[in-house]
Amino acid sequence: MREEIIISGRLNPNIDPHLEIWHWHIPLYLFLGGLAAGILFFASLYTVLGQENKFRGAVRRAPIIVPFLLIIGLAALFLDLRHKLYFWQLYTTIKIQSPMSWGAWTLMAVTPLSFAWAAIHIREFFPQWDWKFSILKELEKLLVKYKLYMAWIILFFSVILGIYTGILFSAFNARPLWNTSILGPLFLTSGLSAGAAVIILFSKRKGERINFAKIDIMLIGIELFLIVHMFMGFLASTEVQIEAANLFLGGPYTASFWIFVVVLGMILPAILEFLEIRKFHIPTVIPVVLVLFGSLMLRFIIAYAGQISRWLY
Amino acid sequence: MRYAMAIDTKKCVGCSDCVVACQTENNVPIGYCRDWVVEITDGTYPQLEIEIRSERCNHCENSPCVRCCPTGASHYEDGGIVTVTHNKCIGCGACIVSCPYDARYSHPEGYVDKCTFCLHRIKKGQQPACVEVCPTKCMYFGDLDDPNSDVSKMLKKRKYKTLIPEAGTKPHVYYLI
Ligand code: SF4
Ligand code: SF4
Repeated sequence: MREEIIISGRLNPNIDPHLEIWHWHIPLYLFLGGLAAGILFFASLYTVLGQENKFRGAVRRAPIIVPFLLIIGLAALFLDLRHKLYFWQLYTTIKIQSPMSWGAWTLMAVTPLSFAWAAIHIREFFPQWDWKFSILKELEKLLVKYKLYMAWIILFFSVILGIYTGILFSAFNARPLWNTSILGPLFLTSGLSAGAAVIILFSKRKGERINFAKIDIMLIGIELFLIVHMFMGFLASTEVQIEAANLFLGGPYTASFWIFVVVLGMILPAILEFLEIRKFHIPTVIPVVLVLFGSLMLRFIIAYAGQISRWLY
Repeated sequence: MRYAMAIDTKKCVGCSDCVVACQTENNVPIGYCRDWVVEITDGTYPQLEIEIRSERCNHCENSPCVRCCPTGASHYEDGGIVTVTHNKCIGCGACIVSCPYDARYSHPEGYVDKCTFCLHRIKKGQQPACVEVCPTKCMYFGDLDDPNSDVSKMLKKRKYKTLIPEAGTKPHVYYLI
């Protein structure tokens, strides 16, 4: 039998025997970024469509958590940097070809917008809220006046943020599992689905909850379709990508991917949401938590499996 | 000017002198390396073939590591040498992930480090430390644009290959086969 034995003298920490340079920080950051993008997308979409009063959970209530999500995400990203004192170098350059640069600048735009959006809806939770300083009161008035424009800008950036969470991986040709442009739309859809799930939790109106349950089911359908296509693409591609796909088709990530991401994180919550629409009594929180769990696991598994997948030479 | 290296896999005996020379010359922290030796045994017993390669950063002409660096810390120097400016590097790891050869590592001080083709020596007109020290003289370094450089002459004379050419990186380290 023909055999090939490769012995390498290299043993660099986190590089050998296989790459493990990105730990929990990056997938967590991508999950929170995607979730924030999802919530902001629906908040701005329904504002632009003029249906703010019908969808208060989406427009006014759920976005209150977005600034927190982004701050925790950014903190995770910062923790992951190994040369922390120099992080400001990110904001001395705009590099179109670098996904990290895209992310840094997109977050720079989205984070303040999310604070502004949460601030003008704060009375949804604290009706007696008073901004104390006249300058803040003036600012609030101004923001409320231009809310529609703000919604348009947020709509635009939320899509970029959602896609970016996938592009960060897919831009690396060195890791065959990541090197598929389907990751952009897949992570965007997964972020939107997570966003819709959180909105269900925040919504006080049954009709709105049902609307988002329907949206979520549709998004999960799209996700499943994208996953199938991702594997079709891999299996029809080069040897390294076939091997990458095999990590999930019999390889070490098979069980975790199909059970945690696909069954528990997508199919089961879709069924539960469907039953809920059909008036079965199901605690709302269960499908919501499952969707969030699936979305988080998707990022973790793709992040770790991608680092294992490599070119052989 | 396009600096390149040609390494003779037929002459290399895998002694790792180049690895030690590099670690000493460049103060590479213990437990890390910028270059390393790979030994590949291929075939059906008893017809086996061995190839020994001293590997390092390929100073790719189309380098994904330079492309993905968000701060411009990873960049091309004159002659196409790819280096990292330490005080511009934030240690995000994107370049490590982007290199199909896994030629970079995260230095314990936080920045990313890798082979520089001994740029500091080249500037003084010297050869890279690994080339200088190789006991079998199996490495050739020089300018691809100069037909009389050692590397151009070897590439004219001998058959060669690069590593994972299908990754599209256009490596500047050639292996004579
Ligand atoms: S071998 Fe890797 S680190 Fe070196 S230039 Fe090519 S991609 Fe960059
Ligand atoms: S780790 Fe440093 S050199 Fe590498 S991409 Fe990030 S900033 Fe650039």
